[in-house]
Amino acid sequence: MKDIRVLLVDDEKELVSTVAERLILRGIAADWVISGKDALEAVKSQTYDLAVLDVKIPKISGIELKKKLEKRCPAMKFIFMTGHGSQKDFSAGAAEAGAEYYLAKPVDIECLIDRMEKVLEK
Amino acid sequence: MWIPEKIKPKFWDHEDVAAGPRRHLFNFRRIWKLTVLLSSVVCLVPLIFMAFMDYRVTREAMESEILLRTSRLVSNTQRTISFFLAERKLALDFIIHNNTFESLNNFNNLKIILHNLKESFGQFGDLGVIDPLGNQRTYIGPYKLEGKDYSGQEWYEQVIRKGIYISDVFLGYRNVPHIVIAVKRSLSSGHFFILRASLETEKFDHLLSELEMAGKGDAFLINHDGTMQTPSRSHGKVFEKMPLPVPDYAPKTQVMEIKAPDNSLLIVGYRYLNNTPFILMVAKNKAELMEPWNTTRTQLLGFLIFSITIILMVILGGATYLVNQIYLADQRRVMSLHEVEYSNKMASIGRMAAAVAHEINNPLAIINEKAGLMKDLFTLKKQYAHDGKLLDLVDVIISSVARCASITRRLLSFARQMDANVEQVAIRDVLNDVLSFYTKEAEYRSIAVTLDVTDSVPDFPSDRGKLQQIFLNLVHNAFSAMNDGGHLNVKVRYAEHRPLIIEVADDGCGIGEEDLGRVFEPFFSTRTQKGGTGLGLPITHNLIRELGGTISVQSEVGKGTVFTITLPLETNRRLA
Repeated sequence: MKDIRVLLVDDEKELVSTVAERLILRGIAADWVISGKDALEAVKSQTYDLAVLDVKIPKISGIELKKKLEKRCPAMKFIFMTGHGSQKDFSAGAAEAGAEYYLAKPVDIECLIDRMEKVLEK
Repeated sequence: MWIPEKIKPKFWDHEDVAAGPRRHLFNFRRIWKLTVLLSSVVCLVPLIFMAFMDYRVTREAMESEILLRTSRLVSNTQRTISFFLAERKLALDFIIHNNTFESLNNFNNLKIILHNLKESFGQFGDLGVIDPLGNQRTYIGPYKLEGKDYSGQEWYEQVIRKGIYISDVFLGYRNVPHIVIAVKRSLSSGHFFILRASLETEKFDHLLSELEMAGKGDAFLINHDGTMQTPSRSHGKVFEKMPLPVPDYAPKTQVMEIKAPDNSLLIVGYRYLNNTPFILMVAKNKAELMEPWNTTRTQLLGFLIFSITIILMVILGGATYLVNQIYLADQRRVMSLHEVEYSNKMASIGRMAAAVAHEINNPLAIINEKAGLMKDLFTLKKQYAHDGKLLDLVDVIISSVARCASITRRLLSFARQMDANVEQVAIRDVLNDVLSFYTKEAEYRSIAVTLDVTDSVPDFPSDRGKLQQIFLNLVHNAFSAMNDGGHLNVKVRYAEHRPLIIEVADDGCGIGEEDLGRVFEPFFSTRTQKGGTGLGLPITHNLIRELGGTISVQSEVGKGTVFTITLPLETNRRLA
């Protein structure tokens, strides 16, 4: 787990930065961005093993972003977070990411790390 | 209007206070009254009118029939009597013309003639020949009347004037009622003589009394002064004054209705007998003649009353049935309106809950992360002292966030399931979800809640949202019925190839026997004063029906209530 690099994408800066800091405290290299555009920029200069995406970020949905990121980095794994709970949203997200890698906010950090490990083992 | 409870239709006491300005449209009692009134008027007025017309026509026909019969009887009787008199008059006429004055004045000749008359006709009492001076020249009879001078007497004057005279009935010396007929023969020499005979009237009496008449009928002769000439059954004896007024002269038979001295109505037919002093009278009692009419009238009235009763019964029954159907249809309409309103309300609540939960979720996530970071710093970084108290505080924050999160998650999942959606449902999860909303209340009120689900219950296709609403309503009702310290048992029983049976049992106040049958009726509530809408159970009932299940209730006042629900485990076509 120590030698992986994670990209966190969420429009809530306070949230995403804190999660990143906590991951770093646990020895996991984590970068954070607050928009899809920034995320696409970030993957140009850095290789990430894993991206944690909010389902809803401004201008682009988490699912669309995932597709774009997958194109550039085919090896990248994904975990989704959501603060929303409409049936459509939930079904779409779960179908795309698999219900197991679809977490509802607020997320417990240990739970997040656990899922990260699992998705990387796949 | 007072109506016994037993037959009072459901709509009778219905008052739709919420109907607003068009309330009169929902005044079922008024609709019923209007229907009954209109139908009654339309049906009964023609019937009563026809019956009345029929009554009149029948009575008039019967009356005119009676008059006609009386008239015919009078005419026939008149012919008989006139013929009787004419016969005798003609016989005398023949005798006076067939014999000379001299031969008639021969005592023996006259005696033979009287004898022959008696032989042929009977009734002839005596016979006399009177000369132009009025002296009776020859007389055959029981009295010594020879030589009697009739000149100046009224009858004598009349026979000279008219050639014929028929007297009133009188008793005479023999005390036998009889009449006198006199005929005159004028001779070519300018002289004349008169033949005078007396006739016993017994034959008249016989002729008249022989008539068989209905209605205490009575036929008799009177003279123009109203004196009885023949005996009658009920209008006096011979020579008495008739108690009825003497009818006016008419050339033909007349029938009239007059009031007798005893106030009864009489049908009287009469005929003036030409060239005689007699009037033939036939009097009948109208009341007796109309006797058959009374039977007809009773039948007619009976038929009318019977028809009116039947018509009224049909109208009342029909109107009640129809208005009741309208009422029930209206109740169903109101019910479905409320259902739509209710599900809209639930949907809005769901949407609002989702929005709130979402709004809260993000700040909650931030609190969570910040507190988590603080904890991380305390435990992972050496420069921050290990402060047990701060760590405890952070733990409290984190656990509170976790509690908030569980609430928002539940709200979100609840809102998600508001939309109609058939999916595989685990009944245990649904019941756990529902009961979790009541965990706090149960704790405060020391209510013991147990959930007993057999492990083997399979998931089945159903609408989770509807199931949640159903059990939320039932659990809510149970909590309302129970006192603090009560018990709520939810039990799921499962047998293969059978519907799932779920029992929701409380030990609350229970439902009275009289109300038990009505708990699924819309707007029936025993808690109207405490905020009950009377819609919870009807909506629950409908939702269960939509899922293809059934609901029943057993209850005992003071002991508690058990709602038993069955749910099909196979996919219901209505859900698909």
